[in-house]
Amino acid sequence: MLAKSMAIVWKDVVVEFRAKEILAAVLIFAALVALIFGFAFDPVEHDLTGIFPGLMWVAYFFAGTLGLNRSFITEKQNDALQGLVLAPGDRSAIFLGKFLANWLFMTLVELILTPVFFALLNVSFKGGLLLAAVLALATVGFTAAGTFLSGLAANTRASEVLLPILLFPLLVPVVIGAVRATAGAMAGDAATAVAWLRALAAYDAVFVVVPFLVFEYLLEG
Amino acid sequence: MSGAGLAARGIAKRFGYREILRDVSLELEPGQICAIFGPNGAGKSTLLKVLACLTRPSAGEILWEGRPVKDGASLRAAMGMVGHGTFLYDLLTAEENLLFYGRLYRVGDLRRRVSEILERVGLGFAARDPVATFSRGMKQRLTIGRALLHRPRLLLMDEPFTGLDQAGRSLLIDLLREFRGGGGACLLISHDFAETLDVADRFLILNRGRIAGAGDCGAVGPADFARLYEDAVGQPPD
Ligand SMILES: Nc1ncnc2c1ncn2[C@@H]1O[C@H](COP(=O)(O)OP(=O)(O)O)[C@@H](O)[C@H]1O
Ligand SMILES: [Mg+2]
Repeated sequence: MLAKSMAIVWKDVVVEFRAKEILAAVLIFAALVALIFGFAFDPVEHDLTGIFPGLMWVAYFFAGTLGLNRSFITEKQNDALQGLVLAPGDRSAIFLGKFLANWLFMTLVELILTPVFFALLNVSFKGGLLLAAVLALATVGFTAAGTFLSGLAANTRASEVLLPILLFPLLVPVVIGAVRATAGAMAGDAATAVAWLRALAAYDAVFVVVPFLVFEYLLEG
Repeated sequence: MSGAGLAARGIAKRFGYREILRDVSLELEPGQICAIFGPNGAGKSTLLKVLACLTRPSAGEILWEGRPVKDGASLRAAMGMVGHGTFLYDLLTAEENLLFYGRLYRVGDLRRRVSEILERVGLGFAARDPVATFSRGMKQRLTIGRALLHRPRLLLMDEPFTGLDQAGRSLLIDLLREFRGGGGACLLISHDFAETLDVADRFLILNRGRIAGAGDCGAVGPADFARLYEDAVGQPPD
């Protein structure tokens, strides 16, 4: 089970290392959004601390959707997904592998971009470890739901359009949780941050477990 | 029946109201190669997908080694498949593709097995090249190597001669004979009548989702086959 997932993670990392398609697309898109926000909200005149968490997460989720769209495209080329389905072991292992790879890529992007966001929006860097926990947990929920729907949409023609339409409504709880927890972490309000982190963890649990259970049936050709 | 090998009974497959397969039954014993012929759209690929448990039949059952195959879990580890697609990743090298599939199948002593297979399909010289740079024939050789990597006992092949040059065709025939010699069972969809009749033990002719003809390859000469095929399909082979 885990061996199958880990083989998929290894394969995705090697492919991404060669193509740099996901990382490049998500990094560039999110960095551009940060830049545009910088021009639009004039961080020199205004203190953006209050809206900073919202701006950051909007950028990450929109940019991340680009990456999730790519995730199953390599699997559809040459019918590779059929090869994965034919391999022994649970088909849920395919979900787990793709989800872990997407989480890795998205977390890497956020690690690089979060300091850039603070700098471009002229907000002093605060939050430390709590902020890191918010990034990690919110990204689990986002990539788990996103990987699931990306797999679901992969068998349809308009998957690029379908994914955001299906994904964004589902993401509302993660957006709220991530923004509130980030605000709490930045304000040094550990109690608020932890409360919202708990909510994020509950959402994460649902969106890792449910796809895990239904992926078995999802990949029927 | 002996209970070994693969058996299908009364397989039907409908897509909406269209019946693609109707009451297809077959038996495939270890050490046997069975060819499936038939015109485009006859349902050959659909039948292979049903047998591989890639898609569920609307009716009928599949038995592997005497036991019903439900979700394919019991069958998958023992089965190698060459489908319409190559199942390969263009950005990975030939070696990396095989290493990946070897991990999925938990192949022991994997690196040795991978170089052995690459040599066997004549791709030793290109082991470190990305598949994206391969010709169609090289990809097909690697696809065949991928299907054999985990030493399957059942081989399902959908038009495996596609893209192969003359040397590649002879290689595939050698590999099939070797596979059968080791007790493997193979179902082989093909339009290359002469080569396939030469290597296979039996053949089925599928037309409009039904088995319309069958025979032993050894007992049927080229002229007899042409007549049988025309009777079954309504048009001569080729
Ligand atoms: N997923 C599908 N949905 C609807 N029709 C299908 C599907 N797959 C195959 N068919 C139809 O089934 C018939 C047989 O297809 P196929 O098995 O690919 O034939 P063959 O391999 O013998 O050329 C074709 O008419 C094809 O259009
Ligand atoms: Mg076909």
